[in-house]
Amino acid sequence: MTIHQTSLGRRRFLVSSAAVAGGFSLAFSIPFDADAQSPVKELNAWVVIHPDDKVVIRIARSEMGQGTLTGLCQLAAEELECDWTKVTWEYPTPNENVKRNRVWKNFSTGGSRGIRESNHYVREGGAMAREMLLAAAAAEWKVPAGELKVDKGVITHSSGKKTTYGAVAAAAAQLEPPKEVKLKDPKDWKIAGKPVKRLDTLDKVTGKQLYGIDFTMPGMLVAAVRACPVIGGKLKSFDAARVEKMPGVKKVVAIDGNAVVVVADTYWNARTALAALPTDWDIGKLGEVQTETINAMLKEGLDASEAFVGNKVGDAKTAIDGAAKKVTATYSFPYQHHVTMEPMNATARYTPEKCEVWCGTQNGEAALAAASEASGLPTDKCDVHKMLLGGGFGRRGRSDYVRQAVLVAKEMPGMPAKLIWSREEDMTHCQYHPTTMAKLTGGLDAQGNLVGLHIRISGQSILASLLPQNLQNGMDPVVFQGLMASGVESAYGYTVPNLLIDHAMRNPHITAGFWRGVNTNQNAVYMESFMDELADAAGQDPLAFRLKLLKPKWAAVLKAAADKAGYGKPLPAGHFHGLAQVMGYGSYVAGVAEVSVSPDGALKIHKITAATNCGHVVNPAQIERQVAGSFAYGLSAALYGEITVKDGAVEQTNFDSYNLMRIDEMPKVETVLVPTGDFWGGVGEPTIAVAAPSVLNAIARATGKRVRNLPLMHHELQKAS
Amino acid sequence: MAVINVNGKALNHNADPRTPLLWVLREQLGLTGTKYGCGIAQCGACTVLIDGAPTRSCQAPVNSIGAKKVVTIEGLAADGKLNKIQAAWVAVDVPQCGYCQSGMVMAATALLAAKPNPTDADIDSAMTNICRCGTYVQVREAIHAAAKA
Ligand code: FES
Ligand code: FES
Repeated sequence: MTIHQTSLGRRRFLVSSAAVAGGFSLAFSIPFDADAQSPVKELNAWVVIHPDDKVVIRIARSEMGQGTLTGLCQLAAEELECDWTKVTWEYPTPNENVKRNRVWKNFSTGGSRGIRESNHYVREGGAMAREMLLAAAAAEWKVPAGELKVDKGVITHSSGKKTTYGAVAAAAAQLEPPKEVKLKDPKDWKIAGKPVKRLDTLDKVTGKQLYGIDFTMPGMLVAAVRACPVIGGKLKSFDAARVEKMPGVKKVVAIDGNAVVVVADTYWNARTALAALPTDWDIGKLGEVQTETINAMLKEGLDASEAFVGNKVGDAKTAIDGAAKKVTATYSFPYQHHVTMEPMNATARYTPEKCEVWCGTQNGEAALAAASEASGLPTDKCDVHKMLLGGGFGRRGRSDYVRQAVLVAKEMPGMPAKLIWSREEDMTHCQYHPTTMAKLTGGLDAQGNLVGLHIRISGQSILASLLPQNLQNGMDPVVFQGLMASGVESAYGYTVPNLLIDHAMRNPHITAGFWRGVNTNQNAVYMESFMDELADAAGQDPLAFRLKLLKPKWAAVLKAAADKAGYGKPLPAGHFHGLAQVMGYGSYVAGVAEVSVSPDGALKIHKITAATNCGHVVNPAQIERQVAGSFAYGLSAALYGEITVKDGAVEQTNFDSYNLMRIDEMPKVETVLVPTGDFWGGVGEPTIAVAAPSVLNAIARATGKRVRNLPLMHHELQKAS
Repeated sequence: MAVINVNGKALNHNADPRTPLLWVLREQLGLTGTKYGCGIAQCGACTVLIDGAPTRSCQAPVNSIGAKKVVTIEGLAADGKLNKIQAAWVAVDVPQCGYCQSGMVMAATALLAAKPNPTDADIDSAMTNICRCGTYVQVREAIHAAAKA
């Protein structure tokens, strides 16, 4: 569905807000049965061109701020050779995808895959449409298609004939698509590869952009939910009678045996009644779990005899035992919360014939499956109308909130209900960035060469928490992100003659999930901090020490960042540099942080220089923004991010107990793009991983003290005396 | 029925007098540009102008508004022309997900009204809104650009 677009090619009905007063009218249109009755036929699943030359590009991936929709439109428009100023977009729905045999393929938007995984078929969609448009003009003019030229959607022939895409689109839509198309060499790109503006900006500065939480329709009720404060606990009882007479309250229901919901005329009334609703929970033994007990569980894993081996070269233990110098350090990384600015929410309407959902989701197809499961209707009788997301960061890849909304709607067939999580509900019922610890042991020979390295990771597995069916003989390969032996996704960049990286899985009851950057985040903290510790022990410069060990692509991007930052050259008095690099999400990234620490321990992060090799650059301006945003996200976690557990429940409930970085702490960010053009890498996530370690390394230079446990807010940063 | 003045119009609502202005705007008046982020005056997503002062509407009970004039994000370009801040926001392409941006634009509009040429330090102290997408670099750039425009 599209809400803010003016796509005319679809049958629509108008929805007006029931709660309008004072002459405000909130109206928008909702398409259904894509193109079944449309006067404008699509050229293919990706491209629709209207008689007025307007180009509609269909986007299957979700836009959550990362710019994927603009990038995919650029790629399709590039091959289409249309006028960029005429480009608009729309979302097909997951139900349409089911009905059309998954013509749009994967809807899932995570793992920085939006562009790198779908660029090929989206570009092909644009190229095929172009060929059909040219063929239609050629047929009309009775000339060979090869004699035609096209520029910005205007087709010309040497005879002087001229037409536009809009004029031939209807005829072109009748043609057979070409069997094969040749995609352009990126060197010839005119729209892709350029810093064009996003397509979704204007409505975001005028307040017109609608997110899931803004959705409304006639007769809609609003629900507030409270699930058991201890994840995994159950609802024992609740006293509906105490709140049923409160203003606006329509219904009080229990769902899934673990949550209570108040449905009312407005969210404020629902929320007020929910706050007054007495509830009793059954949390059993989970109530005994504390952060301390979780940490003890992880600590035990650091030296446990059994562990899953993720990366092994030679014989690390023997090499370390025989080394001239041995270095050991233990690090830890706490639970993190995603904190999307828009709390979880979804609107659902259920009848025995049909179940529809309106929400922001990173995975339309998973949301459809959740709607189907919760409603008991087959997927072809369900649909999900995707809204733009007020942040995703991995959190909206889960459909728990969709399930809840459908369960509530099912309690009142025909009546649409919007379910909104309070910030408190959102903070305490996340799938958190997992907590792990790592013990690193390195052996140096007499010349300071790294001869052996053992990294023991102990801690939580995301797959065990969310997707146990994806474990491989009990092992979670995702735990080793950034440390894997090989592969195009997140391979380890250092060549170490004797290496062992293993994982003792320890799974507390707190649900773990995919948090922007996922396991590259803590793995880069461990690896890159320890690299500096090893360089120090070897008496070598951390850049030179790394470059000796790094494979070419990893080394090149680190060098690019170091060169740009002026690494090794004099800095202002009291300023220090710290380095980090990682390969993640198919891309190579590196960062250089410049920090100072005042005599009383105040940290100032002055500047970050970040280099990225993502293979192909689709929009340099958007990459720059993703890189800067990644530092905001990664540094916020490094400075403040920590979820703790008390009596089984998450302790942090809102931004007063879970602080987040503001503009005053945001460093300057300089981005260096060093694309090598030989692969497609992701951009939204990899850089986050270098944020914390580059700063931690710079702090160690500034103070002589090594911080090994995050967040930084717990550490006194005065110089070591 | 009670009346409040929003974006130059006197509007009726029937919310309980203690309802935060945020929810009256969103649920009674259909003005959903003002966002809910935290409800405890921490994030700034709900920022509106009350008699010109940037105010977190999640902590302002509607009965405290009286005859004061409320301006929301929808009221900034009331004549169809973006204000200086909005225009700079478009020129610099500031928003990512956009959810925090109504609050950012309102806070920056108030800042520029008070200080037509804000320093970086002024920006640091006035712009306490949270943006999880991390648009802070562009927010700063756009405020400076708007000041020069
Ligand atoms: S919602 Fe009002 S400050 Fe966050
Ligand atoms: S733009 Fe997404 S939270 Fe600020």
